[in-house]
Amino acid sequence: MSWTDIAALEDIPVRGARIVKTHAGCIAVFRTDADEVFATSDRCPHKGGPLSEGIVHGKSVTCPLHNWVFSLETGEAQGADEGQIATYPARVENGRVLMDLSEINKVAA
Amino acid sequence: MTQKLVVIGAGMASGRALEHLFEAGADWDVTLFNAEPRGNYNRLMLSPVLSGEKTYEEIVTHDEAWYQQHGVDTHFGTRVTEVDRDAKIVRADDGSEVHYDKLLFATGSNPFIIPMPGHDLEGVIAYRDLEDTERMMNMPAGSKVVVIGGGLLGLEAAAGMAAHGIDVTVVHIMGHLMERQLDEPAGYLLRRALMDKGITVKCKANSKEILGEDGKVRALLLDDGTELPCDLLVMAVGIRPNTKLGADCGLAVGRGIHVDDQMITSDPDVLALGECVEHNGAVFGLVAPLYDQAKVVAKTLMGEEAAFQPREISTKLKVTGCDLFSAGDFAEGTDREDIVFRDPARGVYKRVVIKDNKIIGAVMYGDTADGNWFYGMMKDGTDISDMRETLIFGPAYQGGASVDPMAAVAALPADAEICGCNGICKGQIVDAINAGAHDLAGIRATTKASASCGTCTGLVEQVLAVTLGDDFVMPSVQSVCGCTDLSHEDVRRLIKSQELKSQQAVWQELGWKTVNGCHVCRPAINYYLLADWPVEYQDDPQSRFVNERNHANIQKDGTYSVVPRMWGGITTPDELRAIADAAEKYNAKTVKVTGGQRIDLLGIKKEDLPGIWYDLNQAGMVSGHAYSKGLRTVKTCVGTDHCRFGTQDSTGLGIKLEKALWGSWTPHKVKLAVSGCPRNCAEATCKDVGIICVDSGYEVSVAGAAGMDVKETEFLAKVPTEEEALELTCAFIQIYRENAKYLDRAYKWVAKVGLDWVKEQVVDDLASRKALAERFELSQSIYRKDPWADLAEPQKAERFAPVADFTLEAAE
Ligand code: SRM
Ligand SMILES: Cc1cc2nc3c(=O)[nH]c(=O)nc-3n(C[C@H](O)[C@H](O)[C@H](O)COP(=O)(O)OP(=O)(O)OC[C@H]3O[C@@H](n4cnc5c(N)ncnc54)[C@H](O)[C@@H]3O)c2cc1C
Ligand code: SF4
Ligand code: FES
Repeated sequence: MSWTDIAALEDIPVRGARIVKTHAGCIAVFRTDADEVFATSDRCPHKGGPLSEGIVHGKSVTCPLHNWVFSLETGEAQGADEGQIATYPARVENGRVLMDLSEINKVAA
Repeated sequence: MTQKLVVIGAGMASGRALEHLFEAGADWDVTLFNAEPRGNYNRLMLSPVLSGEKTYEEIVTHDEAWYQQHGVDTHFGTRVTEVDRDAKIVRADDGSEVHYDKLLFATGSNPFIIPMPGHDLEGVIAYRDLEDTERMMNMPAGSKVVVIGGGLLGLEAAAGMAAHGIDVTVVHIMGHLMERQLDEPAGYLLRRALMDKGITVKCKANSKEILGEDGKVRALLLDDGTELPCDLLVMAVGIRPNTKLGADCGLAVGRGIHVDDQMITSDPDVLALGECVEHNGAVFGLVAPLYDQAKVVAKTLMGEEAAFQPREISTKLKVTGCDLFSAGDFAEGTDREDIVFRDPARGVYKRVVIKDNKIIGAVMYGDTADGNWFYGMMKDGTDISDMRETLIFGPAYQGGASVDPMAAVAALPADAEICGCNGICKGQIVDAINAGAHDLAGIRATTKASASCGTCTGLVEQVLAVTLGDDFVMPSVQSVCGCTDLSHEDVRRLIKSQELKSQQAVWQELGWKTVNGCHVCRPAINYYLLADWPVEYQDDPQSRFVNERNHANIQKDGTYSVVPRMWGGITTPDELRAIADAAEKYNAKTVKVTGGQRIDLLGIKKEDLPGIWYDLNQAGMVSGHAYSKGLRTVKTCVGTDHCRFGTQDSTGLGIKLEKALWGSWTPHKVKLAVSGCPRNCAEATCKDVGIICVDSGYEVSVAGAAGMDVKETEFLAKVPTEEEALELTCAFIQIYRENAKYLDRAYKWVAKVGLDWVKEQVVDDLASRKALAERFELSQSIYRKDPWADLAEPQKAERFAPVADFTLEAAE
């Protein structure tokens, strides 16, 4: 894996998200209550809602448009809804958020 | 010697019959076949499973352990294919052959599928069993479903699916919904309630053909040429008794399998019960009579005397928010007389049909509390001449009793029926309580009351409360969400009484089941905390819906709309110029005058929000909160400044009100209007607070709305001065802020607590009014500020842009 420095952990609000623009579209980088970070596609498979604007609870996010809930770990829609968002490797080291962009660059290439 | 009983069908009827048999300690060796791959469950409750209010596990009536305990040999997922009555043997599709001494048919009925073209396409289903229910539940939100049939089943299916965000259309051939149970006015109210749930209802619609594509349903074609696209088509047009097996083995069969009063078929060793039978020319479609049959079957098998007697049945619809009740005959006729009561404001309709001084039918919508009382008198043939004048108001108005529902329940005679499904009377419940059943679960276990369709649960609880007094605690209403069992009301009370001042304190002290709530409870808790502890608690943007976090309305394409405040609807050429400049500079896609007397700039990109706010701030404008559960607008008319009829300065008062209230957070949105005279050009009579100026002062009315419900305001008080109008308004908003459930608009909350209670606090008790207004002012000292100015600060503005941009980097 090759890790790329994205931002400082502080740049992302607790129980919130910021987006990273890539050639493969916007990636949402979430920060949970427990300071874990998760990176997923920012696009809700339902009608394209921006997931980075959703309410983050536990290790899940609720889409702001019609309340589908996704697991940040697996990207799977929870409950009765069916759908999957892409997830990407991300971690925190020394207060910096790192992401592995190799998969994304492959998509873009 | 132990005898051998074989039962075909593990449905609601046979389940009950077996219970009675085992309870009586009868010595039978039972083999049970069921075509469905599971045992007995409460079929009625499929609708709450569909809508998500219950799970399948909760509706199982007999589990593995029960069958084992009673030594029942179960063959689930197995269909009986042949009965050899000469050899007394049944054969099933798993190859088994079982001998019987007595055989019980309980095969239920088959849903009727109209044999129109396309009925055999994939995606055309009925609504009968768990498979059908799961099929509907698995439809993704946003998909389209057409339901043919506007009866009980069709509507429960439609409402259940609508609760999952599915786009449902109900196609009904008759002029109004549930025509067998409802008259036209009640059908109309029901239709309106379903449309409010987002369901499209088409009455007088004739289905012609189901259109498909690659063998799968695509649309329903009506005979007027309309095509209704759908991904699934549910046919709920009726049922037919399942008689094939009975006919094949030579039993006497008409519409159903013929049975006598002892539930014996034309073969003395074969009994039948449930929806598959025909008794004295009648067939059955609701459980109440089937339970009576089950008692008779058990007695007959034990060699005891018993006879089945059909009885009047009543119907309720299990759709949350649609309260209806119907019983008996309500067709119009010259020999009968109608008593009708309507309350349009509450959406209540009641009609009682009388013939020869006796009730022969009753229909009610919106308020069904008295249903069982009417139904009881109908069954008993009570002479109602003495109470004709007050009859329609229900039992509480008879004999001078009070209107308290508890008193009404207390006044019910012991033989008043409480549970229609199981035919349980008040007396039986009281006996069960005296024998030790002190809660709902206990009553269900010992009497079965409220254990079938569940609509009488409230009544059973009232009987418990009346009988046990303080020993019975009425269970609280619905919980906030799956994260807690507490209701909104409980949570609000506990936040105040236990002085919980942070989200963590709430999660911890109130035993939340999740780490930090979910998208349903967190915004509510965040609101309760900031409303109750304005100084101590700090608002948490991450617990707010996107609009309130970004202080703009998100659009379906991810852009935002920006609405600056125009105090009381007044603007200036300078402001208009600044708005025009901002619209150009930030490429607003549309500039629109809103229904709230101001201007909406639509299609602004997220990263441009801080910029446009900064520019508008420079021109002296602040956020209009067009997105918030908070103060929206104060509409005004031109008033005394210009209008020849104006009595007071309505524009001036509107501006003062908006300046006092802006920025405040409330349980739901709050809209005001001030009109200069009773001509009411500012439409003040459909606002959360509306003020009409008159010569002698200001008439303040509250609890109006003109959204999903149109509701006229109710008069609160008349005050002589502007200062008092302001104080009264602030006090009303504050009492609403302190008490209402999150997402209850003021009119919904007032309906719950009663306007009289509100009046006592803000009109009659001047000290209380003042204290409320002061608490409002304290809160406003923190929240009366422009969120845009704050967010347009460079440091915070950064947060509206991507945190990193690799599209640029790669280009380099
Ligand atoms: C912009 C505006 C329509 C317009 O172009 O005129 C509007 C636009 C929206 N209204 Fe409205 N309402 C607007 C005036 C109204 C009015 C008329 C009025 O206020 O005089 C009503 C009926 C009066 C009432 O509320 O009693 C109205 C009743 C609703 C309702 C139903 C509320 C209810 O309690 O039944 C909703 C849904 C909700 O709030 O849950 C709603 C929700 C919405 C939302 C916020 C939907 C959403 O969640 O995205 C719309 C945002 C559009 C956007 O992206 O900007 N809007 N809405 C009006 C803004 C007025 C303003 O200046 O702030
Ligand atoms: C969604 C829904 C909601 C309802 N709501 C209400 C309500 O609110 N109030 C009310 O009073 N009624 C309601 N009903 C009607 C009520 O459920 C029925 O009246 C009741 O279930 C009929 O019971 P039963 O035992 O006769 O038949 P069922 O419960 O249908 O049981 C018959 C069983 O026999 C099995 N079977 C059939 N043939 C064979 C065979 N050859 N071999 C083996 N097994 C066989 C079937 O698979 C089935 O499981 C509702 C029905 C549905 C579908
Ligand atoms: S409300 Fe009365 S005073 Fe105001 S504009 Fe209308 S008519 Fe004139
Ligand atoms: S777009 Fe995400 S739930 Fe609809």
